[in-house]
Amino acid sequence: MAEAQSGGSRYFGPSGRHLLGIQGMHPSQIEPILDLAESYALMSRSRKTPRDLLRGRTVINLFFEDSTRTRTSFELAGKRLGADVVNMSVAQSSVNKGETLLDTATTLNAMRTDLLVVRHSQSGAPALLAQKVDAAVINAGDGTHEHPTQALLDAVTIRRHLGRIDGLTVAICGDIAHSRVARSNIHLLTSMACRVRLVGPPTLVPRSMASLGVEVHHTMETGLKDVDVVMMLRLQKERMSGGLIPSAREYFRYYGLDQRRLDLAKPGALVMHPGPMNRGVEIASHIADSDQSVIREQVEMGVAVRMAVLDRLSRGTR
Amino acid sequence: MSTCTVFENVRLIDPSGGLDRQGRLLVRDGLIVGSDLPGAEGTPDGAAIVDGQGAVLCPGLVDMRVEIGEPGHEYRETVKSASRAAFAGGVTTVAVLPTGSPAIDDPAMVRMLRSRGEEPDYVSILPYGALTKGCQGGELAEIGLLSEAGAVAFTDGARAIASARQMKLALTYAQAFDALVVQHPEEPTLAGSGCATEGELALRLGLPGIPTAAEAIMIARDIRMVEMTGGRLHFGHVSTGEGVGLIRQAKARGIRVTCDTAPQYFDLNETAIGDFRTYAKFSPPLRREEDRLALCAALADGTIDAIASDHAPRDADDKRLPFAQASAGGTGLATLLGVTLTRYHDGTLSLIDALGLLTCKPAVLLGVTGAAARPGARSVGTLATGTPADLCLFNPDRAWQVVAGELPGHAQNTPFDGRALEGKVLGTWKNGLRVFGATA
Repeated sequence: MAEAQSGGSRYFGPSGRHLLGIQGMHPSQIEPILDLAESYALMSRSRKTPRDLLRGRTVINLFFEDSTRTRTSFELAGKRLGADVVNMSVAQSSVNKGETLLDTATTLNAMRTDLLVVRHSQSGAPALLAQKVDAAVINAGDGTHEHPTQALLDAVTIRRHLGRIDGLTVAICGDIAHSRVARSNIHLLTSMACRVRLVGPPTLVPRSMASLGVEVHHTMETGLKDVDVVMMLRLQKERMSGGLIPSAREYFRYYGLDQRRLDLAKPGALVMHPGPMNRGVEIASHIADSDQSVIREQVEMGVAVRMAVLDRLSRGTR
Repeated sequence: MSTCTVFENVRLIDPSGGLDRQGRLLVRDGLIVGSDLPGAEGTPDGAAIVDGQGAVLCPGLVDMRVEIGEPGHEYRETVKSASRAAFAGGVTTVAVLPTGSPAIDDPAMVRMLRSRGEEPDYVSILPYGALTKGCQGGELAEIGLLSEAGAVAFTDGARAIASARQMKLALTYAQAFDALVVQHPEEPTLAGSGCATEGELALRLGLPGIPTAAEAIMIARDIRMVEMTGGRLHFGHVSTGEGVGLIRQAKARGIRVTCDTAPQYFDLNETAIGDFRTYAKFSPPLRREEDRLALCAALADGTIDAIASDHAPRDADDKRLPFAQASAGGTGLATLLGVTLTRYHDGTLSLIDALGLLTCKPAVLLGVTGAAARPGARSVGTLATGTPADLCLFNPDRAWQVVAGELPGHAQNTPFDGRALEGKVLGTWKNGLRVFGATA
């Protein structure tokens, strides 16, 4: 309705210029990214990535929230494709976040940025930036909204191990209500015809989340039964101070992933975690290090997926 | 030498008197002389003639919930620019919230605002008084002195009176002055930092939600408070089906509660926020479609006593922020009549009832018109003989399009951008002088 508030398309696609979220993406838009990511993963292993692909392009990592892993992953991805990668960590007071955001957009336009990777504590901040900057915007996590590259790297990891995504049953466990990783994964997996179960206490997994086309379980015992993939989420310490759960030990007792609970899943089920882990809070240490765990590979696929995304989004300008 | 104006060839609608017929209206020296005039031969010598060409002539609209940038936020809007917006929307009287900076908690501030509205080119202002000092929810403001200075009702604006004890005190004390208390019906601890209605949409957008029950819980509590104290309470901008349901039941039991709603709540639903569209951010937030439909039903059955624009001017910088940080509120003066008439065009309301919600009913609530009006109040929202000739001439069927950036007045933060509306104001008069529309 409002011209003033409509940005470009959110997604990849004929007119899509940004990657702001998974919601609304069709499998036909997702799969090519996964294919490309797999080939980049192989090239990375053999250290033969196309370093001239993004030569002369500028990628700016604009992180309004602290992050080491995701930022490093994007930085490596850009460098493996030959882009000039600049990291901007924006220290911010809680009051002036918004002003900083649009002022920053003006600055970035003046710097002729090609690709902008944004992480922000506020849902919708990358979408707002996308309206104002000339660069292609990649959402690297916004508030409790989306973290699309995480969902894509999870999908690549699953596909490499299980050979497919459609038809699988995936349990996502933990603090779903406050998780952007969970939202992006829910959208991607339901779009690719997975059965998705959300597992956690009712304060962190409200029953109303079923409206996203998923099953809601409040016990690990029912939630993990016969699943192909167990995705654990990090439990933020604020959830305890906020009164949503009473204590870490009570949480692990009822919602931590241990061997007994993992045995309820299908034999050989994958164990995933977006990191960083709280060993002993949401996941038993030996599970995280077991043969079923693909947590390290998720990190590897993270770089590959981000290479694929940088590649795809820069095609319009190459 | 007196000045006379005769409005010819108009459909006179005066909801305060149940009047709806073709006719003419005579205005002399800024006052309405009467509508029961003899034919053209009764036109006084030298009278100016306004040919309405069959359009509706009704009392100037009385908008009972308006925020103006003055004092304190003149960059958003001034009384002057708000007057342009109001007159273009057929609004001649606005009740202004006390939440400026400083808050209107001093009799001198009330007098200042009133006198601004007495200027001939400016919209008439009925100031609300702060219910608590500084609208901060603490000690009660000087309700008596503020009333005497001309405050029409008492509220803390979009801040709810959270404490039950505070509400009990306010309702009890206000009775000494027969003052009306206006509540923002939202339980603040349940609303928390929420910025959208809790539900699937907020979930998908990752925005903190406010349950619709936050409104019902506050309304239920306050209805009980009115029963306990015997005070008079009005709920501003009600937005949920559950909320109006409670008010409907309370009214049936004879409890003295009233309410208004705003166009965005009966014309839009939460989907207007789309992909983080901050121009559709409101407090309370836009609701689900079932709530919108329940509000339409409550307009039709009379549960809702008035429609107010809930006008809240905002600068682009207040809105171009991540959704949770953006300022809530939208402009509404210029679109109040057009959006309200959508409920006439869809058959929810008759034309006279729709206009009643915009004229005499809010005027009676604010105690300026009707049997219980305060002595000396400037009577508005009526075409009664002897009252000021504040008038609105409009064509209920003429269409126009809302275009942000081209609205009259300064503030352009409308949630209705792009919307086609039926019902266009052709002229507005204050004290018998034309303040909007081409001079006849």
